[in-house]
Amino acid sequence: MKEGLKIFLRQLLRNKVGFAGFVILILIIFMSFVLPIFIPLDTKVKINEIYQPPSLKHPLGTDFQGRDILSQIIHGGKDVIIVAVFAGVIGTTIAVSLGALSGFAGGKTDMVITSLADILLTIPHFPLLAVLAAFIRLSSPIGLALLLGLLSWPGAMRAIRAQVLSLKERDFVEAARVLNLGTFHIIFKEIIPNMMNYIVMNFIFTMRSAVYSQVGLIILGFVPYSSHNWGIMIYYAWTRGAIFYKNSVLYLLAPISMIALFQWSLVSFARALEGIFNPRLREG
Amino acid sequence: MRKIFTHYLFKRFLRMIFVIYVVVTFTFFLIRFMPSNPVEIYIENLMSNYSMSYEDARNMASSLFSIDLDTPLWKQYLIYLKNLLRGDLGKSILSSNIPVAEMISGFIPWTIFSVGASLIISFFLGISLGMMMAYRRGGILDHCMTTFASIVSAIPSYLIGLLLIVLLGVQLKIVPLSYMRGSISPGVKPGFNLKFFLDALAHAAVPITTYVISTVGGWMLSMKGNTLNVLGEDYITVARARGLKDRTITFKYVGKNAMLPLMTSLAISIGFIFGGSVIIENIFVYKGMGWLLAQSINSRDYTVMQGVFLIITVSVVLANFIAELLYVKLDPRIRR
Repeated sequence: MKEGLKIFLRQLLRNKVGFAGFVILILIIFMSFVLPIFIPLDTKVKINEIYQPPSLKHPLGTDFQGRDILSQIIHGGKDVIIVAVFAGVIGTTIAVSLGALSGFAGGKTDMVITSLADILLTIPHFPLLAVLAAFIRLSSPIGLALLLGLLSWPGAMRAIRAQVLSLKERDFVEAARVLNLGTFHIIFKEIIPNMMNYIVMNFIFTMRSAVYSQVGLIILGFVPYSSHNWGIMIYYAWTRGAIFYKNSVLYLLAPISMIALFQWSLVSFARALEGIFNPRLREG
Repeated sequence: MRKIFTHYLFKRFLRMIFVIYVVVTFTFFLIRFMPSNPVEIYIENLMSNYSMSYEDARNMASSLFSIDLDTPLWKQYLIYLKNLLRGDLGKSILSSNIPVAEMISGFIPWTIFSVGASLIISFFLGISLGMMMAYRRGGILDHCMTTFASIVSAIPSYLIGLLLIVLLGVQLKIVPLSYMRGSISPGVKPGFNLKFFLDALAHAAVPITTYVISTVGGWMLSMKGNTLNVLGEDYITVARARGLKDRTITFKYVGKNAMLPLMTSLAISIGFIFGGSVIIENIFVYKGMGWLLAQSINSRDYTVMQGVFLIITVSVVLANFIAELLYVKLDPRIRR
């Protein structure tokens, strides 16, 4: 295991972009989960300090109610990341279970699951979410994560199914079958560990699309929960017109940069992982 | 052979019809079985706000949703299907007596225009740049463009839209802000005249740029990868050995073969851009289907919402089918 970690880090260091993504990802997570303990959220409305330019007291200036923007950025990542991780876990779990079931069972089960996935893939994802948001009260981050996760499995499911189909013909699975180890053992002990890379990649990509969808829903005002997060900041910057004035531009740019950085670091990290998992892609 | 070809497309066609049917059924039951049943809410609303009797309120609701509330559910469902086939999507709850179908026909051209143009521009720009990157791999140009492509394809499209408003409209003041709000200037009437075309184009320019920037990176990167693969193929070496002109090899051999696998991504991209249009059209107040969908959700205008969602889905499914047809036409291997 220790040896594996060493190889992992060495390979990660080789891919400069991937390493940068990894470091930024760690920094963002640290900022969102550790820093809030030490830095309080500025919630006091100060009428005489509206849209202040950056200063020592407020490094990123203040918002439409005179509140410090930096403290909102620090506190605003937690919800976004929690929703993304939960949606990723739910979506990936469904994708792996259905993918393994579909690839293993074949026949009618396979047909039903793949058709269901195909139909869900054809329906445009975001409009469907938006329509569902009109009916389900998405008042908590977990509820939102559940909805995002429940709708985000089809793409990953197809990739997992293809993997299961190819793995199931390999010799070691054949051997396990001859030894009569049972389907449960074969799926969880033989097949899933051998496609961990696919699962991790799909998890990261599901997280990424969950960030896209949740921030999109928040910007349109479809998610009524009122905590501070980057999406809500963009929503206010946009609806209160901060976007149209030069002085208030940081209120919009700060959360946009955080989301863009987070998304970019996820993608770069995933690409680096792909290189680590797939030795053929390793450079020289 | 001809038979298999038609058979393959026939299966695709059946699937398309099936998906549309599933979505139609889904919206029917969504409106009736969700925790906040809009029909009941509407009836209660009429009773309390306009002091109508239950009977009157019910009659009004049934005419708006174009359903007969007295008949059993399965009959309501059949009538709903029959109405849909006739193009009747019910009437708007808020702006009473405007048929939803008529409303949609005023909004859909804008989305088809902006989304369609973006898709075509992005695809061709992406594959040209991607090929260029593959031919000059390792150079500075390749490095810069790969970095650009991986950054823009990671940022959500609507954030690129907001950044463009800030950059072009507020900081640099290149594009007047009025051209980034609305789909047309007030007072300009749609018609076949130059003034209308120019005005519509000016308003669509930044939204189209947004769609293109957010999707072109993906095309560039996949085209680069595909081109590199094709360049390693034997038939390229043979073509070179035969002394064919570089131009012919680049366009007829490399370009065509590297482009083919992207046709399948085109279908996914159509759905993605359409989906993204819900947010982007709202940012630019661009009055297309995405704008209408978000408005109807915000104002709880369920009949409009139902109709718009249906039409968006049907458009995406149809576009997918067309992409499929194109793919079959371009790649003879599939037909066999």
